[in-house]
Parts: sequence; C-alpha cells; structure tokens
Amino acid sequence: MLTPKQIETKLDRILLKVQKPGRYVGGELNSVLKDWDSVSLRAALVFPDIYDIGVSNVGLKILYDQINQRDDALAERAYAPWTDMEALMRAEGIPLYALESKRPLSGFDLVGFSLPYETLYTNALNLLDLAGIPLRADERSAEHPIVIAGGHSTINPEPMHAFMDAFVIGEGEEVIHDIIEALKEIQRKMKDERSEFFLLSSFDQRMALLLSLAKIPGVYVPRFYQPHYMDDGTIERVETLAEGIANPVVKRIVAKLPPPPTKFIVPNIEVVHNRASVEITRGCTRGCRYCHAGMITRPVRERSVDEIVAAAREAIRSTGFEELALLSLSSSDYTHIMELVTAIGEEFKDEKLTVSLPSLRIESVSIDLVDKLRGRRSSGFTLAPEAATERMRRIINKFIPDEDIINTTREIYRRGWTNIKLYFMIGHPSETLEDVQAIADLCKRVIAEGRKVAGMKVKLHAGVGTFVPKPQTPFQWVSCDTRENILAKQALLKRELRDRNIKLSWTKPEDTLLESFLSRGDRRLAEVIYTAWKNGAKFDAWEEHRHFETWMSALAEHGLGPAFYTHRPRRADEIFAWDHIATAVRKKYLFQDFRRSLEGRIRVDCRLNCYACGILPTFANLRRENPGEVWKCPEVKSPTRAGVRLPAAGEPLAAEN
Amino acid sequence: MRARLTFSKQGALRYIGHLDLHTLLERAARRAALPLVYSQGFHPTPKIQIAAALPLGFSSRAEMADLWLSEDRDLASLRADLQSALPRDIQILDVQQADDRAPALQTRVIAAEYEAVIPDEFASDLTSRLAALMEAESLPRVRRGKAYDLRPLIESLEAAPAEGSGETRVLLRLAAREGATGRPEEFLSALGIQPESVRVERIRLIFRD
Repeated sequence: MLTPKQIETKLDRILLKVQKPGRYVGGELNSVLKDWDSVSLRAALVFPDIYDIGVSNVGLKILYDQINQRDDALAERAYAPWTDMEALMRAEGIPLYALESKRPLSGFDLVGFSLPYETLYTNALNLLDLAGIPLRADERSAEHPIVIAGGHSTINPEPMHAFMDAFVIGEGEEVIHDIIEALKEIQRKMKDERSEFFLLSSFDQRMALLLSLAKIPGVYVPRFYQPHYMDDGTIERVETLAEGIANPVVKRIVAKLPPPPTKFIVPNIEVVHNRASVEITRGCTRGCRYCHAGMITRPVRERSVDEIVAAAREAIRSTGFEELALLSLSSSDYTHIMELVTAIGEEFKDEKLTVSLPSLRIESVSIDLVDKLRGRRSSGFTLAPEAATERMRRIINKFIPDEDIINTTREIYRRGWTNIKLYFMIGHPSETLEDVQAIADLCKRVIAEGRKVAGMKVKLHAGVGTFVPKPQTPFQWVSCDTRENILAKQALLKRELRDRNIKLSWTKPEDTLLESFLSRGDRRLAEVIYTAWKNGAKFDAWEEHRHFETWMSALAEHGLGPAFYTHRPRRADEIFAWDHIATAVRKKYLFQDFRRSLEGRIRVDCRLNCYACGILPTFANLRRENPGEVWKCPEVKSPTRAGVRLPAAGEPLAAEN
Repeated sequence: MRARLTFSKQGALRYIGHLDLHTLLERAARRAALPLVYSQGFHPTPKIQIAAALPLGFSSRAEMADLWLSEDRDLASLRADLQSALPRDIQILDVQQADDRAPALQTRVIAAEYEAVIPDEFASDLTSRLAALMEAESLPRVRRGKAYDLRPLIESLEAAPAEGSGETRVLLRLAAREGATGRPEEFLSALGIQPESVRVERIRLIFRD
C-alpha cells in the first residue's frame, strides 16, 4: 500500500495537468486531520460525485462531525475524481485516497458512501475499483474495510445489495456510533488470543462482524436476507438467513435533532453550494404523493429558534461564508417561521450575508419572510406549483389554486424581483396533454400579470422535471410515463413557451427512465449496474456522460427489460423488492393514499389531523422517552374524530371517511 | 485603514488560483471580524487587492495584498487575528499600514524572483544549457496560441548546486509588468525540463517606486 508521502509525490507530478487541481489536495479550513495512530477506528466518508458537488453535502458533514468528536475514531473524506484526474491516477497507479491524510481508502476500517440518488451507483463502483477494494461484498474479507452506504436512495437498497456490506436505513447520527462500537468490539476480540474469534478464518471473522452489524437496529446487511421470486419476476417472499436479525428492518430516527454542525469545511475553490447551512426542520407533513423525501423522513421534528440562530451565528463566524441556507423540506411549515426570519434578519443586519430559504409556500406571506431576511437579496424567487390543473393537483395532493399562484407571483414582481423560477413536473399519473397545456398557459399568465406591474423586464424560468415513481411512496404502484408521452409533452411546452422572457428547462426522457428503473429495482439489477459500469457508465447524473445505450444493453445481457421496472403498473397485493425495509409509514397507508389519489381526494397537512400513517405507533416509545415541543405529529391518544383511531402496529387500518 | 499583508502560500494552497485566493482572504477577514470596506451596489464586494497572480502549482513566501478596513486596527493584533482565521498553508509574514492614496500594488509590480530546485536527473550539462539560454538573442515560444519572445522577460539568472544533493538551485528574476510577464514554467520548458518535476517558489516581488 502506498504511503501518504508517496501519494503526495505522485500527485505533484500530475496535478497541474488537470482542471481545478484544488479539488484533490484538501487543506481546507475546518477539515480535521487527526494522528492516524492515536485512534482505533478510521472511517473514510465518500460522496461519489466530484468535490464541487460533494463537499457541501450536509449528511456527510453531520457524520464527519459525529465521528471526529470521538477520541477513539477519525473520519476523512473522498470524492470522485473527474475523468481527467481519474485517467492520470490510473496511469500513475494512484489509488483513491482520503483528502486529509492522503492515505489510500483501502487502509481505512470503514468506508461510508452517501447515496442520496440512484445515478451515483456506477460512481460508487468506480470508486471502490479505484480504491483497489473488491467491488463485491462477498469478495471482501477481514483485511478489507467494511463498506456501508446510506442516504435517501438506499431506502431501496436492493439494486446495490451486492456491493455494500451493510446499509444504514434512516438517520445516521446515532447509528454511526453503534456501528463504530460494534467494529471496535470485534477488532478487540480478533486480537485477543482467548477469544473465540481469534482462531476463525478471515472469512468467518468477516461473517461474525457482519452479523454483529446486522443486529443493530436500522442496519441492513443484505447477505442475511434472501428474496424468492415468482414466475413473473415479482417477489414471493424474503427469507431471513440468520437468527436474531430484524425483518423488516425499521429505519432509525433520532428523537431530538442533535446540535447542528457549524464548522463547515470551507472549500478553497469555487463549488456548487458555497455556504453554511442549518437544518431547521426534518420531515414534512404535507404528504405530496410524488415526494420521496416527504414520505421517508417522517416524523417532523423542529429545532428551536434560539438553537437555529445560535448555530447560524457560529457557522458564519467559523466559516466566513457569504451565504447561509436555512434547510427544510417546507420552510413555511416551520412553526415559528416569522419569528425565525425576524431573528436571523436582526442577527445579521450589519453583515453582507445572503440568506436562502428554500421551499416556500405559494402565498404572499412568503415574500414577507424573504424581505425580513434583509441582507443581500438574490434576484430570483423560486416556487414549486408542480402541476397546473385542479385534477392533477388533487392527484398529487399538492393543491394550490391558480389565483394563489398569480397573486403571489404578481406581488413578487411588484416588489422588485425580476426573475421567478417555477418548478413543475410532467408525467404524473393519468396526466394528459391538456394538463401539460395548462402549465404553459399558467406560465404565460404569470408573465403577463408580471408585466402589468413591473414592465417588460420580468422573466420567468419554468423548470419542468419528469415524475419518477419512487419506492415507499403512494405512487410506488404506478407506471412511469413512456418515452413517447414525455417527448410529446415536452414538445408541447417547447412550442407553447416561446416568449423570450420565459426560459424552459426539462429532463431528458432517457435520464428519467434510468432513474426510474434503478429506483424501483430489485436485486437482479446489481449485475446490470456492474455490467453497465464495466462497459463505461459513470457520472450518470451528468449531461456530458450519457450511457443510455450501455444501460439498455446491460439489461438485455442479463435477460431483463426496463419496462418490468418502469412501465408496469403494480398489482395491489404485489410484494415489492423493498418491502423488508420499513420507513414506518405503512404500506397499507400508502396504498390507501394511492387509492384516494385515483379518486382525486386530497389530504391536508397532517399536523392538524393524524391520518395514521404508522409513524406514531412505531416511534411511540422513543417519543415517550423524549417528549417535547420538537415533535410535530399531533398527540393522538384517543380517537380524534369519528371513524378514526390509531391502530397498533400490524393491526389492519380502521376505515376512514 | 489600508493594511498591507505579506504572506506565504504553500502546501495544498499552491493549487488555489488568483480569484479563489481573493475569496479566501475575504472569508478569513470575515472570520477574524475585521471591518472590511465594501463596494457599493447590488452585490457589494470587499476591497481587497492582491499584488500579482501566482501561477498555479507554485509556492510562495512573498505574496502581498492590501485590505481596506473601515476603522484602524493595531497591526500586531490584526496580524494575530487574521492568522488564526487562515488555513494552515498561509502564514502571514508581515503586516504594515499603507498610505491610503498610494497606487494599487498591481500597478507597481515590475518583476518577481523565483527559486527553482532542479532535480539531479536534469543536472547533466545544465550549466551550459542555462548559459545558452542567457546568450540567446531571442527565445520564441507559443503560449495559449500566442507567439511571444521569452528572452527579454528573463531579467537575471543564477545557478548553484544545492548542498548535499545533486539538485541545482536556480534563482530567476522574471519581468512582471502589464502585458509582459515571464512565467517560470515557460522558462523550464525552454530549458527542456518538464515543469511539474521541479519545485518552484516565488521569493520576492519587485516594485517600482
């Protein structure tokens, strides 16, 4: 294994030949370089895309903090080298190394991947390969790092099951410590001659280690689960192969959000999100049916205004960043939002700070909120109506009347913003060309109304994504829109939105289909991912790296077609490949919500009324042990309305009217 | 006040370009709670001027920058505060107060001195190659598609074997005027040496009065 010194020497010879060499050298303020020999457990945290995107990832930042706060462990970072750097690293024999110590990743005890979206899968394989770590979990033995993954896409871990030793399901703040303790315990036993582990073969030691991980709540070790398939390719059942492990594996959550990280890494080069951030809320109570994050991050927990302001102050003090982001899935739903923005505006009133507040509701109060933040104001204002007809809005459960959109956007233009960005999605279940036409009509109306109050300078950016049905949501049963339909809908929008002050952006149908079959894939896709990577697929999230044909031939090579995963409406009673992973939002609830969608029935904010999604009973004990204002699910102890009561876990759901 | 810093730029920060260094100084000043003077307008930017861009990959022990502050600070505490807010690869070597009306540093730079340590693999007939370079009438070269003459940009050159190794230390003074800036990597290429195998450090900036 190369030493850090050898790697540095080799790097000096190649770094001037690549774009942005600052990506590959570390040395950032607030990065942590610990003495390698002073700790017993070393973790490398990997974001499998380039530094520019990965360095500001908040999930990894939280884990970096959690691990480095321990005296007995260290955490370092690695990102995907861009293709120019990768080619030189391979030519010069430089393995993937961690930025802090320049040590090869293969020398770490634990390698943790963040996989927030599916188009990172091939990059994860590529990085394992570049690190010289065997790609497949069953090819690794005691001398190799334990390779784990977490992040939103791993709520369906099955497509990547072959490559990860374990997955963390849910929130990582507490479980990472359980994992470290388990690894340390096994390491200790392996060195102890009196221990039963000492004499085990390298393979058996690995198995013992994995079994101890599999017993940690919220940790999924795929090799201890075996799916059985029916003739039609769907799942018959998932068998558990070891004693004492959970089935289903229920996601972990933290009862109270721990203090937010404040010592953000300050990149020395320009990156995508050059900013400090504070997560103000986790989870969302809106229940938009297409929204993966909204379903899998429940329940809602909030931080207090004082804690957020103090963390923001400390983050800006320790980073010097010019931008602060207040993160949540729905800023407007934070209980004390007006109080918070007033306090933040006051705290930073003498500083040249840009504060961003994403995911605002479409109402004029949102403009007041942004105004209160004072500071440097960005020239754009972003809102997300998602759909433009009443029928569609009922189906997706995001109901915003046209008049609210027109009144709010008109007011935004009137108050001096010249750019508005509106997010829409096409491809919702049962969508027709009329529903898409309505998006174009609405955009035209927004800009026409804007011109009345602010003149010809007003601009609109319509960002029109394409819906991908996601696992563990009410739409996990639906078919993804076909390539032909998507193209026809996009052609309509391009034809209709020709105004030079309206900018239209969209997603290529090939990208949608790739994300779609990876999202609801089963274990058979692992070989497809491997073959696609082997044949050159990587950076699948990037415009300039399109490998759609590579993916299609990889599917064909393994006797699979994309339509099974993308365009097949699921049976009501189908067992999904991810059913043995539980987000605590029960499948029965999701199905019922799917049925309501077909009937065009909406469900308003569940802060007001509990719809019994399953979160409350699953985490009832946790909440009882950690009571307080932070929990935003209503207290449901007795029936709240006629016909609704809270069922116990496993009990059939009560009828609802 | 106008504070004039002299600082080193080493290690990982050798790979940070001019604009990024500007941002880095701005953030360090903010972390140190220095009262920066900002430009007016929709996107106010702090008034910071760096004397001369340092080519990527080279270290320096002689970078200079002016920072404008809205109130006077004691130089020693200014230095201590700023140093503690900087990444480890920048060390402040000196802080002076400059005359507020003095012309910008970048308009006064005329030359820069570099030290290049040439490894022993290039040692054979290095002396004669260096001499040939200095004796040449012109050194026509092409950079980014533009032809130019490197020779008049080389103002002086001294070479001496480094003690206890086969390396050679070359002391090089290159012009650094508007539109006429010599680059150490171009000099090395003209010598027939791959620039990436040589450690180069900027050791002094030379200003006109």
